[in-house]
Amino acid sequence: MFSIAGIGFAAPWLLVALAGLPVLWLLLRAVPPAPVRRRFPGVTLLLGLADDETQTDRTPWWLLLLRMLAVASLIVGFAGPVLNSTVDDPGTGPLLVLVDGTWADAPDWNRRIERIDAALADAALAARPVALARLTEPPVGEIPFQAADALAKQLPNLTPNPWEPEPAALERWAANLTEERFDTLWVSDGLDRESRAELLRILETRGTVTVMEDDRPVFALRPATFGQDGITVSAVRSRPGDTEVMTVVAKGVDPRGVERQLASVDLEFAEAAGISEVTLSLPAELRDRISRFEIAGIRSAGAVSLTDDALRRREIALVEAGSREGPELMSPLHYLERALEPTTDMIRGALPDLLPANPDVIVLADVATVSAAERRPVLDWIERGGTLLRFAGPRLAASDVSRRERDPLLPVRLRAGGRAIGGAMSWGEPKVLRAFPPDSPFFGLSVPEDVRVSSQLLAQPGPDLAERVIASLADGTPLVTRERIGRGQVVLFHVTANAEWSTLPLSGLFVRMLERLAVSTRPSDSEPPLLRGTVWSADVALDAFGTVADASRLAGVSGDRIADGGPGPGMPPGLYSSGERRVAVNVIGADASLSEAVWPERLDVLGLDVSPETVLKGWFLALAVVLLALDVVGSLWLTGRLVPASRVTAVMLGVMLVGGVQAEARSPDEFAMQAASRVSFGYVSTGDRRVDSITRAGLKGLSDVLRNRTSVEPGDPVSVDLESDELSVFPLLYWPVTPMQKPPSDAAYDRLNRFLRGGGMIVFDTLDADIAGYGQISPNGRRLRELTLPLDIPPLELLPSDHVLTRAFYLLQDFPGRHSGREVWVEAAPTDARKIDGMPFRNLNDNVTPVLIGGNDWASAWAVDEAGNEMFPVGRGMAGERQRELARRFGVNLVMNVLTGNYKSDQVHVPALLDRLGQ
Amino acid sequence: MNARVGLREQAEDLAARLPDLLAEAEHLARTLLLGSHGRRRSGVGDEFWQYRPARAGDEARLVDWRRSARSDVHFVREKEWQAAQSVLIWIDRSRSMEFSSDRDRPTKCDRARLLGLAVSALLIRAGERVALADLGTPPRSSRLQLMSMAEHLSAEGSGVDYGIPEIKVLPPHARALFISDFMGDPEPLREQLARAADRNVRGALLQVLDPVEEVFPYDGRTVFRSMGGTVTHETLKAGDLRERYVDRLSARKAQLEATAEAAGWLYSCHRTSGTAQSALLWIYSALERRR
Repeated sequence: MFSIAGIGFAAPWLLVALAGLPVLWLLLRAVPPAPVRRRFPGVTLLLGLADDETQTDRTPWWLLLLRMLAVASLIVGFAGPVLNSTVDDPGTGPLLVLVDGTWADAPDWNRRIERIDAALADAALAARPVALARLTEPPVGEIPFQAADALAKQLPNLTPNPWEPEPAALERWAANLTEERFDTLWVSDGLDRESRAELLRILETRGTVTVMEDDRPVFALRPATFGQDGITVSAVRSRPGDTEVMTVVAKGVDPRGVERQLASVDLEFAEAAGISEVTLSLPAELRDRISRFEIAGIRSAGAVSLTDDALRRREIALVEAGSREGPELMSPLHYLERALEPTTDMIRGALPDLLPANPDVIVLADVATVSAAERRPVLDWIERGGTLLRFAGPRLAASDVSRRERDPLLPVRLRAGGRAIGGAMSWGEPKVLRAFPPDSPFFGLSVPEDVRVSSQLLAQPGPDLAERVIASLADGTPLVTRERIGRGQVVLFHVTANAEWSTLPLSGLFVRMLERLAVSTRPSDSEPPLLRGTVWSADVALDAFGTVADASRLAGVSGDRIADGGPGPGMPPGLYSSGERRVAVNVIGADASLSEAVWPERLDVLGLDVSPETVLKGWFLALAVVLLALDVVGSLWLTGRLVPASRVTAVMLGVMLVGGVQAEARSPDEFAMQAASRVSFGYVSTGDRRVDSITRAGLKGLSDVLRNRTSVEPGDPVSVDLESDELSVFPLLYWPVTPMQKPPSDAAYDRLNRFLRGGGMIVFDTLDADIAGYGQISPNGRRLRELTLPLDIPPLELLPSDHVLTRAFYLLQDFPGRHSGREVWVEAAPTDARKIDGMPFRNLNDNVTPVLIGGNDWASAWAVDEAGNEMFPVGRGMAGERQRELARRFGVNLVMNVLTGNYKSDQVHVPALLDRLGQ
Repeated sequence: MNARVGLREQAEDLAARLPDLLAEAEHLARTLLLGSHGRRRSGVGDEFWQYRPARAGDEARLVDWRRSARSDVHFVREKEWQAAQSVLIWIDRSRSMEFSSDRDRPTKCDRARLLGLAVSALLIRAGERVALADLGTPPRSSRLQLMSMAEHLSAEGSGVDYGIPEIKVLPPHARALFISDFMGDPEPLREQLARAADRNVRGALLQVLDPVEEVFPYDGRTVFRSMGGTVTHETLKAGDLRERYVDRLSARKAQLEATAEAAGWLYSCHRTSGTAQSALLWIYSALERRR
């Protein structure tokens, strides 16, 4: 693209037209402004008068300059100027856009997409075929080169993967590249990998390689570990540089099940340190709820670390039967305590005291009987997911629990006594353990040779015994049995928890068996033996941006795969579960570190910053229009036409510039505050200036009357624009109906309906009672029907003689205005309103009528001018003055009715009213 | 069909305008309360002039018996001589009179017609005989005359750019009223006035001007055209001409006044921005002047 001073031009040849400007200058200079043609009878007196000077038959230089500038900006505008146009050499031949597509890309993914988009746009201009590939998912087979603009459409679908490229897959792909020649644009995520160098070498044999890389460091969060003094959170960064403080937040569900931030801690990278560590100490209850840690503000799977059982400290209740004498090593719980201590919280006590703490596991070591009162709560607790772990012992052997019938708190029926093997008084050798069967939770654990069982409790054989045995001795007798109850389980070790009956508690197998039973939790580093032979399914999966993605359709993953290391294709980072256990697969391992990618000197490494192309065409054309507008004004001024047109100009300027200011001058709030500061009556402006001024004067007159006679002291009447003004501040809206009135918009009708429902009153005055009535429909009446059609108006009736309006302040039976028509319509009384004998009016405790419709032109009767004089005559002579007085009284009644509601409708006032009525 | 509709519309339009003009003129005339003018000498009339002793030759029926009964001689009641005056009115209805500088302001022609009809109504009420000079009808003192004048004035103008006073019948000793803007050639006017002076016709010249014509508020490059388009003048800087135009206009006024003076006429200038009433008052007093 042709460019001058950073501004490129889409159609540079148009700029040649600029050369024609001087010619234009000469042309314009010679042509004076066109004269005004004016009809003027006095022209005869002008004949023979010569002009003093002849200067203006040439266009003045400033007008010329204005026009030249306008034309120049038109030319430049149509030449398509573009600021920051990319002026790179586009190159030729196929282009491969290679994206790392890892989690480290995610924080800046949009910028990468923009950059790729820009590259595709350039390629499209140069008609280069382009292919797009992610290293985390290298294409299979040939590189699919296609048209750049087609590819650009698919670009929004491109997402990074939450894992690292697999070196093996990359090697395979690079080795099988069939294309001979292509250039490569490598959009790197900025992290160093061993596989990069080899791939770069292969790509460079095919064509030039350009690298694009972000200059921001990559941050990642390592899995949190549980230490003695709390949870240790550590983060790494790719570029050790200045001191930097990141915030790590811990998220989890609160007691109401809503995920929220549970804790946050600042993590400070020291200068030139690539790793930073901070310890977070939290109450156990809070800590158990943490489901993930995140570096705040970084959208990347690497900045998210899911927590699994490793962090979860199970609460284990240890129950021991009765008092015990003897050394500590002989305690039934000693070995359990040792095994569980590093990873669990233990509580001790009696069973009834422990249950309310809702422990994860209750260990009953050689406790034979559970009292009947405790049995039910314990069973409920198991059904809710508790694990009851029982160990045999002398007491259990001696009791008759679960002999005849299976005790619900034991997995199997037991034989009385138990057996001792390999003792001094017995035959045979102590037994070893049989390898674990595949359906056992212990499958995959290796059985040490030196574990010997010398005594055990025997299970009563039965049809269901086999499925309950999860570990057995070499002779097939059960060692561990399990029964599932509800969501929980009861597990019985048929040996003691101490080394009295077997050496099992002394071996490492004991700990692992406890882990497999989810009694204890696994230490943070996953041990392959623990995972071997299991299948895990994803509960929670993360995408590269660190957000939770749908995990339901992911296939199961073998434990070996999890044990092998980080996530990869088919195994996104997430939380995987197998049975009771949960394992978190995080992008960043516990000992991972990040380092910056180093590229050879010979490569171009570009930043990601795309200075966006700004198309200046519109600006130039707008400038030309403005200049031409100025030219119009200047020409008018020059020809003397500006002066008579000044009014028009002012109006136009007003419309163009002051339109916004005007709207501002009467902002809704200000209007509402002004109207609401006092009681003020609104009137709908009809657009007929005369009617509006009469209405205004009428309401002014009514306000004066109210101020003189009542305690209502209204402010000035306010003209209401139904389209924009707040209506709720008016108790009363006076709406004169003229035949030429425009109906309000739908939105305005909405507001009117809201006003009516909110207790407002609209007085419709058709101003035509002198000509309408007796079945005559005037144009005003017809207009009224059209105007009120969308309004939410209840059924109406002629104002009954006992309506509250007849006695709200004055006792009235006529409601004349300037005309004395009889017909005034109000909301109809309820049909069940009955007149009680002796009462002058019915009991109509209903609402204030939302509308009042009449045609008596009340406003004219009320209207007073500035000096307070009546503006219009009413009737004739004294009778007319009486009519005016009645009109005012009607106005007072109307306002009183609006302001006090049907207060005067209350029967309390009956005696006083009867007195005044003289009845 | 269309032509007929057009004709009817025009006719209705005309019929609607005629009473308007007349009513407005009469309304204007009614604002002036003037007495009937006597001749200050005895003669035929309705008003009492004097009692004089009866002389020989007086008919017996002329004797005022009621006055005579109070003395020994017979008295004759003489009445003031009231002679009706003929007034000829010329209203310039050329194109130049159709000018108005503002939509709300009446054209000069409107104002001239209104003044002419109003003064006619006044004169007819006072018993004078009135005629339009260019109509050629003899002066009459009747409401019918007023109607026909109104009709004639409502019709289209002459179509020429600048009007020339056109007097078809000029009875001696009559009065005349010329209403125009006198923007055209002043020579025919002078001739007419000379002719009128010869026949002892006195009268008044009322120059009706639009305020714009006095102020000349134009500026810039302008081509001025007369209303009929026959005369044009182009200027590059209209503002520079203002002073010279105003000078010329006042010279024209002075010339008119001198011409009127020479013929024993009166001259006044009226602006359409002013009220018609003052002009009417001037016209009436000018025609009243000097028995």
